[in-house]
Amino acid sequence: MIDKTQPAAPLAADAQAAPPRKKRGIAIQREIVVLVAMIVFNLIFTDHFWSLQTFNVNLTQVVTIVIVGIGMTLVVATGGIDLSVGASMAIAGALAPMLFMNIDGPLGILLAFTLPVLAAALCGVFNGLLVTRLHVQPIVATLVLFIAGRGIAQVVTDGSLQAFNNPAFQWIALGKVAGVPFQILLMLALVAIFTWIVRKTLFGKYLLVTGGNEDAAYLCGIPTARVKLIAYTLCAALAGLAGLISISVNSSSDANVVGLGVELDAIAAVAVGGTALTGGKAFITGTLIGALIIQLLRYTLLAHGIPDAAALVLKAAIIIAAVYVQRRRGS
Amino acid sequence: MAQTPLLDMQDIEIAFGGVAALKRARLTVAAGEVHALIGQNGAGKSTLIKILTGAYRKSGGTIRFDGREADFRTPKEARESGISTIYQEINLVPFRSVAENIFLGREPRRFGLIDWKTVQRRASDLLESFGLHIDVRKPVRDYSTAIQQMVALARAVSSDAKMVIMDESTSSLDEREVELLFTVVRRLRDDGRAVIFVSHRLDELYALCDRVTVMRDGQTVAESTMQEMDKLRLVTTMLGRTLAAVVHEDSAVKQANLEKRGAVALSAQSLAAGAKVANVSLDVHAGEAVGLAGLLGSGRTETMRLLFGADRPSQGTLAVGGDDVSFRSPKDAIARGIAYLTEDRKAEGIVPDLSVRDNLTLVCLPALTKRGIVDVAKQREIVDGFIASLGIKLRSPDQPVRELSGGNQQKVLLARWLATHPRLLLLDEPTRGIDVGAKADVAKIVRELRDAGMAVLLSASELEELTAVADRAVVIRDGETVAQLDGAQMTEASIMDAIAYGSGEKSTLAQASAAQGNEA
Repeated sequence: MIDKTQPAAPLAADAQAAPPRKKRGIAIQREIVVLVAMIVFNLIFTDHFWSLQTFNVNLTQVVTIVIVGIGMTLVVATGGIDLSVGASMAIAGALAPMLFMNIDGPLGILLAFTLPVLAAALCGVFNGLLVTRLHVQPIVATLVLFIAGRGIAQVVTDGSLQAFNNPAFQWIALGKVAGVPFQILLMLALVAIFTWIVRKTLFGKYLLVTGGNEDAAYLCGIPTARVKLIAYTLCAALAGLAGLISISVNSSSDANVVGLGVELDAIAAVAVGGTALTGGKAFITGTLIGALIIQLLRYTLLAHGIPDAAALVLKAAIIIAAVYVQRRRGS
Repeated sequence: MAQTPLLDMQDIEIAFGGVAALKRARLTVAAGEVHALIGQNGAGKSTLIKILTGAYRKSGGTIRFDGREADFRTPKEARESGISTIYQEINLVPFRSVAENIFLGREPRRFGLIDWKTVQRRASDLLESFGLHIDVRKPVRDYSTAIQQMVALARAVSSDAKMVIMDESTSSLDEREVELLFTVVRRLRDDGRAVIFVSHRLDELYALCDRVTVMRDGQTVAESTMQEMDKLRLVTTMLGRTLAAVVHEDSAVKQANLEKRGAVALSAQSLAAGAKVANVSLDVHAGEAVGLAGLLGSGRTETMRLLFGADRPSQGTLAVGGDDVSFRSPKDAIARGIAYLTEDRKAEGIVPDLSVRDNLTLVCLPALTKRGIVDVAKQREIVDGFIASLGIKLRSPDQPVRELSGGNQQKVLLARWLATHPRLLLLDEPTRGIDVGAKADVAKIVRELRDAGMAVLLSASELEELTAVADRAVVIRDGETVAQLDGAQMTEASIMDAIAYGSGEKSTLAQASAAQGNEA
């Protein structure tokens, strides 16, 4: 208001030249503060919190949510949502054991890692086509596979539970590198790769533009349909990978259970991580932190003897709080 | 006026964020008249209507409606007092039946239940009295926009509205539908109800309205009967003279420039699409700036969208650089070297949360990308270049573009297109909503681009700005090109004349001011 007069304007512009950099790069500042506060709280009040075991337990429990959440972040960035990720996990989880249990040796393992992920990716292509070609609302389009996908997985396995013990395949979940579970490293690597993709690649820019202002994107000649299709495909493929980790952890695959409810956990992680559900933003590291916040909350409550049912209510509360904060920041 | 008017709004004032949007605005409407409310974009007519209907609260002035002091706090209050508004986007419930929509919230009841038989019979009777014979049980969405308008009118009538406000109701209707609508409006008038009619189609105003109120810059600048206000006076009063700090070029310079212009960059013949573009033909040469003139709603934006491939024409041909083209999407037009700065900066221009840097390089980004990875150094170089050359004021290129002022956002968007090195630049209202200094900058940039050999087609509601920048003008009226005015022939008077009268009858003023005449 004070700087409105003409001669003061350039001065004001000069004076403000320094601070902007500070504001940038830590868009998810609040989320980090919350996470750190929770860690500090636990360090003081929770017994045995400072141990590698606690660290590993907490991280391994979020791995599938984070990996699914990365894909969800991409889809949410386009202004969409994917409810079918749990079903994609189940389909991948159902296919993998059939491959490595029937085909011996490295070939079986190789196929067990690739074909299920491809199958999941096809689910994503299906979702993407519904959204881009038929212009079905994302929440409805992905509801199709949310309902039918798990059914497909059950048909594939005849509805039976597949139990197995295959160290080579299960290394993805149970293997360790220098004491750290491989799945955690995989998760961190994926977070790093997708953070880089969003920030540095043409696809990343187009992703944010498609969700940020689709009309403008179209008038700028940006292939918005293709961008969305890729986002849904990547999301489903990542869900497929998460499905493989999930069955490896459990040494069994049950189409009824694999990835059940993961879509909600992933969406919650995305929302808590600062990515606006209205699209145009994608904070991959935010999703990681969001998932950690939710996980740590659950762990804290459990460690202090509060039942899981009550924890669910608190989880809902934290999501509401996150969305509220986002809305205030947006306006 | 002998008796007290039904509506009397005096000295209405309102400000948004310290900027006065209305100052001493006035509107008086008598019962049994159709009253035209007209003005340019931003003249304040929508604001005035919103105050009347309770969507905004006035900060000064008095409103008397139906003999009482009125200050509606919500649209509901206004509705209950007898003011019914029909917006351009009709607010009916699309999936419910016509009958339900007409009686929504006021359904006749029997034994506490809605009496559907009566609802349907009364709805059907009402529409038949309009000369409309349709099945009232079918959902509203099954019918055309005209019939939907009629249903909205029927709803107003059945609710005993004393005053009906129609905001650009005819903008998406064809001639026959407009005529049908007018019959109904006249019937309302004959019933003793007042109708406020907002439209940009002059012929319609003269065909329908009894009196007119003209607004400009938040003020009421003229009130009279339609007979006393001839078309030319209406147009001149409405467009007025808003002074922009734009330096005019001598018409001799413009003429000289026309003589040294290059080959035809874009040629459109008899383009038509939808209800807004009926027959548009125009050529743009390299090295010339052509102004696309016409009132709001005359089809300027729609024409630009056709030229850019954002919409597809139903008729007509388009040639770029001599080759016939048919664009499937803007991507095709961009590949042909066409750039399009949209009128609506917010909805179709900026990506608000994205940085200035990314916004500016949005279209040329593929050229800065190697194997899918954006070359940030190259991107910075281009962005810094444009910030310097266009004088964009900002804190940092990494700042979200929404934080910039309107004028600077506009420059970012202009730079976005210039970075693609276009051969043809389509500028739709490039100076809308930006301050005077930025307007002058934009005019200067356009001239420089033209001198560098670019073909420019620009539209502007402010005729003075248009004539200042353009070498010649193409005038469109109700979706048809009605005049092409070159160099010396292009004056504000001759453009207004074409807007008012089309290519047919000529006014004396135009004959006097442009002795050569102005044939298309």
